[in-house]
Amino acid sequence: MDTGGRFITWVDRHSTLAILIIPLLIFAALVAHFGGTILESVAVILFINLMLVTGLQMFMGNSGASSFCHTGFMAIGAYISAILTLTVQDKAIAMPELYQVLAQIHWPFMPAMLVAAAVATLVAAVIIFPVMRLSGPAAAISTFALLIISNSVITHWEKLTNGTRAIYGLERYTTVWTSAIFGILSIVVAYWFKESRLGLELRASREDEQAAASIGINIPRARYVAFVSSIFVTGIAGVLWAHFVRSFSPKCFYLTQTFMVVAMLIIGGSGSVSGAVVGTIAVTVILEGLRYVENSINLAGILPFTIIGIPVLTLCVAMILILILRPGGIIAGREIRMQSKWGRSGPATLEPTEQEG
Amino acid sequence: MDLNGILQFLIYALSLGGLYALMALGLALIYGILDLVNFAYGEIVMVAGYTMYVLGYVLFPELAWSVVAIAAVVIAVASSLLLERVAFRPVRDADPNTMLITSFAVSTFLQNSAILFIAPRPRPVRFPVFFSQVVRVGDLVVSKGDLLSLLTSLAMLGILTIFMRRTILGSALRAAASDFTMTRLLGIRANLIIAIAFAISGCLAGVVSLFWIGRIGTVMPNVGLTPVLIAFVASVVGGLGSLEGAVIGGYLIGFSTIALNIVLPSKVLHFRQAVLFGIVILILLFRPEGLTHGTTEEKL
Repeated sequence: MDTGGRFITWVDRHSTLAILIIPLLIFAALVAHFGGTILESVAVILFINLMLVTGLQMFMGNSGASSFCHTGFMAIGAYISAILTLTVQDKAIAMPELYQVLAQIHWPFMPAMLVAAAVATLVAAVIIFPVMRLSGPAAAISTFALLIISNSVITHWEKLTNGTRAIYGLERYTTVWTSAIFGILSIVVAYWFKESRLGLELRASREDEQAAASIGINIPRARYVAFVSSIFVTGIAGVLWAHFVRSFSPKCFYLTQTFMVVAMLIIGGSGSVSGAVVGTIAVTVILEGLRYVENSINLAGILPFTIIGIPVLTLCVAMILILILRPGGIIAGREIRMQSKWGRSGPATLEPTEQEG
Repeated sequence: MDLNGILQFLIYALSLGGLYALMALGLALIYGILDLVNFAYGEIVMVAGYTMYVLGYVLFPELAWSVVAIAAVVIAVASSLLLERVAFRPVRDADPNTMLITSFAVSTFLQNSAILFIAPRPRPVRFPVFFSQVVRVGDLVVSKGDLLSLLTSLAMLGILTIFMRRTILGSALRAAASDFTMTRLLGIRANLIIAIAFAISGCLAGVVSLFWIGRIGTVMPNVGLTPVLIAFVASVVGGLGSLEGAVIGGYLIGFSTIALNIVLPSKVLHFRQAVLFGIVILILLFRPEGLTHGTTEEKL
């Protein structure tokens, strides 16, 4: 095989990133220059969702295990960065019961973001290892239990989180460009992780746990690294989200949010980064569109009553239909990539087999 | 604590534990047969609750409570069967994670339907006067509601035990819960067994709903969350999928809830849920067969 053919093969094989990223960059540029307020907020939400979903894909997609507790770590990112970046005066009003030490702090955004994400990652690194030894329903239930624990702690640790009351007064640091850059970075990280040695090991363990273990793959360790890395992405997403919505309370980080992110991943197809990206875009656009329609109907008073919940209902139906009709998601585990006729057939890659059954 | 106090405690604990046991049993039955962790189970409680609201409060305020209660249980059974047919049967052969996520979606769907079609806010449910009346035996004061829920749960468990042990269908169900593939090979029809399991589990949720919502007095879209979470804990404590374990786990959680309410200061009680689910994780890690079972050999 000549060098040219090999090069084309290499380009084909890794064209996924370009195909995923370039349209998003163009979209971000268009919105930043021409978009109005509504379009800008849709774009920011889209990029933050992109981070949450690709973060979750790093763990769920590669390992095949479910995680329902990522939202809890998103909350850690949001709360820590709120505590660090709020001014001393704002904290005295918004979080009167905060620990004295923390009440005196006022940090700039970037260091606060890194520290917040690092704290989330650290918490994950400390507590998650035992759970990674579990598999099947026990693993799923454990992560679900962690979500409930995180919610209970956030709700009741009043000296740190202000309890059930909302935190407000955050600066809006998250612009279209910041969210776009971090969203795209997280796609790169997730893709790189999937193609790395560890990612390959994990994907092998997803296909056949016993076989993977028998060739010397340390599955709990691989899952652990994937989980902790994915939490860093999730933590940053939490920070960006907090500095976009500017006011939040514990109930923002519970079942509904978890369901949204899991739904985006499942609908797109958790087996590939392309699936995560396509699912996020499809679901965010449809959700935000339906929300807009719903709000307009309610504001215009066309109906004698207000309607709430159409977007989520649609999402549930879409998700159940996908799970029944196309269990691999829209993209069904593959990556979107170029197929030029000059390249040789690429090296064997590990793509998920058709759903068993 | 004097004798009266102990009796009082026992009645509270048995009444609450009975409800938890019924819930946990319904969850464990489905899990044992299908490996399906049914999140949407709490929404059956909600559906039964809204049936009581619509039938007994909106449409026919004059209707006797017993009629409304029976209707609520019937609707609970019907909706449980409907969910099985529409949502769970098509994913029956998929891996447990897919089924779990399906039930998560079904649960969110039902909650949001309630928000859309009824109301996001709590709605009142009518209850017979005797629920809040008390019986006095000497110094002992017991509410009739508690007594009725205690007796009902014991009766339900008794009937179910007889059904499971004395009838062919019952033994088929028990066999399916322990090894579904083998049961099918022996010629038991899968659809029948699963439908019966869902019917029983719906019936249990319906009965729990009568007393659970009776305690709160109102029904709201997320009313099923707490009971289903407790049922989770109870069935994990008893060993996932084990029927006796689920019942024991339910009573255990009921007893410890009441005991902790008495013993612990309210400041610590706030973190009760965190502690409870911490224990769930520990059990899954160290005693995955449940606290009530001996250790079994590791399955490959």
